[in-house]
Order: sequence, then C-alpha cells, then structure tokens
Amino acid sequence: MKECKCGGKSGEIRTDLSELEPILTKYRNIPGSLITVLQQTQGIYGYLPQEAIVAISKALKIKIAKIMGVITFYAQFRLNPIGKHLIMVCQGTACHVNGSEKVAEALAEELSIQPGETTPDKMFTLENVACLGCCSMAPVMMIQSQGNNEVYGPLTPKSARKVIRDIQAAERGEAE
Amino acid sequence: MRVTVGMGSCGIAAGAQKTWNVLEHCFKEQGISLSVEQVGCIGMCFNEPIVEVITDTDHFYYGKVNGEMAAEIVEKHIKGGVPVEEYLIPEEEMEFLTKQTRVALRNCGIIDPEKIEEYIGRGGYQGLEKVLTTMTPQEVIEEIKISGLRGRGGAGFPTWFKWNAAHESPGEEKYVICNADEGDPGAFMDRSLLEGDPHAVMEGMMIAAYAIGANHGVFYVRAEYPLAIQRLEKAMAQAREKGYLGQNILGSDFSFDLEVKAGAGAFVCGEETALIASLEGERGMPRLKPPFPAQRGYWQKPSNINNVETYGNVPWIIREGGKAFAAMGTDKSKGTKVFALAGKVKHGGLVEVPMGMTIREIIFDIGGGIKDNREIKGVQMGGPSGGCIPKDLLDTPVDYESITKAGAIMGSGGMIVMDETTCMVDMARFFMNFTQEESCGKCVHCRIGTKRMLEILDRIVEGKGREGDIELLEELGQGIIDGSLCGLGQSAPNPALSTIAQFREEYNAHIYEKKCPAHKCKPLLTFTIDEDKCTGCGACAKKCPVDAIRGEKKQPHEIDASLCTRCGSCEATCRFDAVHVD
Repeated sequence: MKECKCGGKSGEIRTDLSELEPILTKYRNIPGSLITVLQQTQGIYGYLPQEAIVAISKALKIKIAKIMGVITFYAQFRLNPIGKHLIMVCQGTACHVNGSEKVAEALAEELSIQPGETTPDKMFTLENVACLGCCSMAPVMMIQSQGNNEVYGPLTPKSARKVIRDIQAAERGEAE
Repeated sequence: MRVTVGMGSCGIAAGAQKTWNVLEHCFKEQGISLSVEQVGCIGMCFNEPIVEVITDTDHFYYGKVNGEMAAEIVEKHIKGGVPVEEYLIPEEEMEFLTKQTRVALRNCGIIDPEKIEEYIGRGGYQGLEKVLTTMTPQEVIEEIKISGLRGRGGAGFPTWFKWNAAHESPGEEKYVICNADEGDPGAFMDRSLLEGDPHAVMEGMMIAAYAIGANHGVFYVRAEYPLAIQRLEKAMAQAREKGYLGQNILGSDFSFDLEVKAGAGAFVCGEETALIASLEGERGMPRLKPPFPAQRGYWQKPSNINNVETYGNVPWIIREGGKAFAAMGTDKSKGTKVFALAGKVKHGGLVEVPMGMTIREIIFDIGGGIKDNREIKGVQMGGPSGGCIPKDLLDTPVDYESITKAGAIMGSGGMIVMDETTCMVDMARFFMNFTQEESCGKCVHCRIGTKRMLEILDRIVEGKGREGDIELLEELGQGIIDGSLCGLGQSAPNPALSTIAQFREEYNAHIYEKKCPAHKCKPLLTFTIDEDKCTGCGACAKKCPVDAIRGEKKQPHEIDASLCTRCGSCEATCRFDAVHVD
C-alpha cells in the first residue's frame, strides 16, 4: 500500500504542533507573512517538519506546492532535522582568500561527513555559508548550539579540529 | 571616567563579552562606582576586543583585551590612574582611525546603540525635527539633491531622484524600505552601522518617509545578522516611547512607523524588485522594470528603497546642510564612503573616507599594508558583481566613475586585498560558483550561462583547460550580460571578465603550461625535493598520508608524483626548505 505523503495519515511519530498554534493565530490574517511564519516554525523545531508545513498551508490558505517553492528558494530553510551543534563554515571572499577551503576540508574529515550532512549520532551538522560578516577574523566558522552562536576565528585546519574535539570532549563529560 | 567595550558582532566573536564580564565583575567586587558601557564597532576589527577608557582629558584605546588584561587595566589604570602602556593600541595603528572622515559611521563605537539618549546627545533626531518644523517635502528633496548623495548599495543612483519619483507618484499609501540584505560576501558595513547606530538609519528613513509621503517603513535585514535585528527592535521601541515613531510625530501631521522583516538567505534579494517579492512572502525573483518601485513597489504602492549606509548619511546632511556633504568627495561622487577592508591586509576593518582618496592610500596608509609584507597583486571591489583592480591601477581614486573605468564597481564597498598567493582564476571561479548558486533561475542566460562558465573555470583550475576556453568565457559572459533581466545576471560575468582582462597571463599559464603561478590550484602543482638541501631526516616521509615519499636514511628523498595528492604536508614539515612547489 502506498503511504500518504501529504501529512494526512502518515504512520510516523507526529510533530507536536501546540507551539506552532500561537504563531499561526498571530499571522493568519497578515498578508505576506509566509517567510516570517516559516522562520519562526524553524525556530521551534530546528527544521520544517512535514506536519507543520501542512498546518501552515491550512492556516494561511496557501497551497503546499507554493510553500515548498518558497522553502526551497531560500538558503535558510531546512526540510531535515539538524544535529545538536550546527557548524557554519564561512566561505565568504575574505575567508576564501585566507584559506577557508582547507578549514572546511579538515572539518569534513574530522567529522567524516560532507557539507550539508549530519553525523550519525545527530551531534553535528556541517554547512557552508556565504558570509558571516566577520571578515577581519577570516577564516571563521560559527557554531550554533541550543540557540547560542559562537564565532571562531581566525582558524587553521588544526585549530578548527580542536574546536570540534573540545565540543566532543565536553559532550562526553556531560554524558557520563 | 567612562569605560566602554566594543560589542559589535566581530567584537563579540573576538571575545568582547568575556572582557565585559571581567570588567563588570571587577567593578562590583572592588566597589568601583562605574558601569561598563557597550558601544558598537569602532571599525578596528583587527584589534578586537577593544576597551576604551575615557577620562576628562584623554582617550585610551586598549586592543585585543582578554580577561586577564582587563583585570590588570582595572587595577593599574582605573584604580591606580596609570595607563597600562603595553596594552594600548600603538600610535601607528591608531592611524587607522585618525586618517578617516566619519559621516555615516559618526556614532559607531562611540555611543551605546541600545540607549536612545546617547544618540540624541550627539545631535540625533535633530534632522527629523528640522524637516518636520521648518521644511517642506520638496525642500528636503532639494537639500538631498544639493548634497549629491548617491546610493551606497551598488549602482550609485542619485538618491534625490528616487525620492522625487516616489514623491511625485500619486497615492495615499506609500512605503520606505531599507535594503539591509547585505549579500556581498566580504562586505559588512551595513551590519556594523545597524549594530552600532541603529537610530541614525531609522532617522534617515523617517526623513525619507516625510519627503515622499510614506507612513510605513520596512527594514529587510539578512537573517544572518541576529544582533542587528535585535538592536533595531530595541531602538524602535525606544523611538516609539520618545514619540519619534507613531502618530503625529513631534506634534506635526506626520505619522510613521517601522517594522523589521528578516531575509531568508538569497543574494538576489538585494535587487529591488526581488526584495519586494520577498517582503511579500514570495520567492525572491526580480521582475521587469518599469514600473519602478517608485511607481509600483511594495503591495503595488509607490515605494522608495535605499541602502543602510545611504539612509545613515541623511540625518547628517539635513543637520549640517547638503553643501557641507557636497564639499567632500569628487566632482561626481560626493561625500564619504565606507569600505570593508579585508583579505590579505594587515589592519582589516571598516574604513570611511572622502570619495576621491586613492585605493593605495586606503590599503597602505590606513590598512597598514599587506600581511607578512608580501607583494600586493590587486584588490577585488564590488564582490560577485565587481572586478579585480590590478596593482598598477592602485592610484585610482575611489569614486563611482573611476572604479568602473578601472574594471570593477563601487558596489557596497567590499575591498578584498589580494597578494601574490591569490590565484586570479581561482577568484573568478569562486565568484562564479557563488552567482551560479544564487541565480534565481528566471532568465535562461543567467541560469544556464553561469553554470557553463563555472564548468569551464572548474576545468581550468583542475588542469583540464582547453585552447579557446578564454574566448568562450568572454563570449558566454557577454551573452549573460545582454540576456539577463536583473543586476545579478548582468554583473555575474564581471569577476571572470575583469580577471581575464587584467590577468590573462594567469589564465594562459593554467591552460597551456598547466601551472598555477600563485601555487593555489592543487591539481596543477608539482612537489619535488631539492637533493642538495634534503638531509634525509625522513620527517616528510613520516607525515606523507599516501606514502609517496621514499629514500634511504640520511640520503636525499624523492616524491613519487603518481602517488602524490599535493596535500602540502611535506612542505609544511620540512625544516630545511627542501620541498619545492611549482
């Protein structure tokens, strides 16, 4: 039997939509709010769950196809969950000139994942971003953990690896 | 005595929060009746975190202040009255500031951006008061015309002309929009201005709104700038409380309010019509002009869109007069411009200078020259829409026309300095990769053309370049320029075309000699060991991840080129400088 993909009867664990309700109520009647609603939804879940998209579609009376068009147009939106720590490696011009590629390579090797991927233990997601605006500290990366943003720079492949190892060590400490 | 800490994004990134905490802790612990004040970015990013101690007679700037240094400054300077000489920013580095002329950045790094009183204390909102009490909208537009202010976001369109067009457009409902979607990778002046002096930009928008007859304003800010958004929200709440926003502002008939909308990460949204689509919650795709936003913009109503820095200049112009602004700069480019100086320059940061200063003066007199005293190769201006200016044109004055003539564009003012280790083909590939990803896909020439150009550049840096590739790039580039609707497509080929024009020999070296003169493109490098210099210590062989280095102990070693992955670890390891790269 084919599984319903529209979110209506999926047998998977349902996303708790209670936090989304106040947002939908607030923006239901304000035209042009789709991007704001999507941003706040992603703020709750860390990504845009299928059920949430369906709920947004119903509340804002915008077709799912159109919402998907907007989601996939903008770099900010994600359709998959991210790890506990989101690593954003800056690939801006100043970072590029100062060797950000080697930093990105070192991070990918250290975590054994490619940009855009999440480690199997759901601990790290690696992403390349256009510019973090800290050009004088190039090359830089920003790590987002539980709503906190920490910027690291100027990096070398070695110091970038160390940042990751320190986080891993701290995580192990927490786990014990 | 006052003590301030620079708390812009880059300051915080460098550890300013920790420095602030230590100072605050010391003050409390030791019963010092001072509070640590936060200010925006002063622009000396290379010295962050910066602590300033202001006495009745003097200013003391401390650079790269960590927690321990902060505690020492409290002990010796604040309590003891003797400045800690060795932590003070040296005189020659202070030239970075003293050689600038600050109009747009007049309050950045000086006031606490979260306190409206400090903005008012430095003449803030006097411009708004002046226009509301003594000027007609036409007079405001005329004053901006006298100032010669041109758009600071890219194209350099006369600001008064846009305002006038929106003013002339019929309609009750009009909008002013601030384009803070600073997408050029390598430019960060808008972020710094919003973080360091949000009221100045807001006041500029209020004055524009009065001039064109708008009652509503929107900031479109990059989502990557959370601190800027947070400070704007705070500033708006304060302005509402003080009566600078809302109904019947300062007792006049003028009513106006502002809101912030966060962008969602699309470079093309810097284009006016795409920005408007995004504000309306749509995919940010540009449309044909006319109608211009001044006729039909946000929600089909007349709208005026300016960049952050443009609005930031407005209150100063109104207060000091258009003539004072026009007294600075060149014949056609008036006033000052903020540049984000970065790349291979010693002192990177934000620099505001009168138009007409030469690029050389900015890089060498203000920026302190090139990192590690290497040779400068050129400077990239205008980001993905701009081009590279080679070193023999460094005496080009910074004004819209001269920079365009030199093969780049003013753009938003990103200035990336490049030295001999920067490969120009790689730079072109870098920008093409960026614009290709950011192309919205509407125009065929831009969507497919940038992809094809990227493929060609990819194969050149991989050592698979073919005869005729340069000509093909030029032909494709021209096609994309001619066949694209918006500024993104029309300027996407610029980085490639300008490097071909200025550094053609580097392209030739990649294609015909299969060499990268800057030693940047890995597939084109050959690593060899100098027999005379090699002592046979074996350190490189141990480091080599693919066991490509062989040799007897104490005998010169050799690299097997067929195994070598050009990782460079042998070169980094060798203490005798025996590994050569070519």
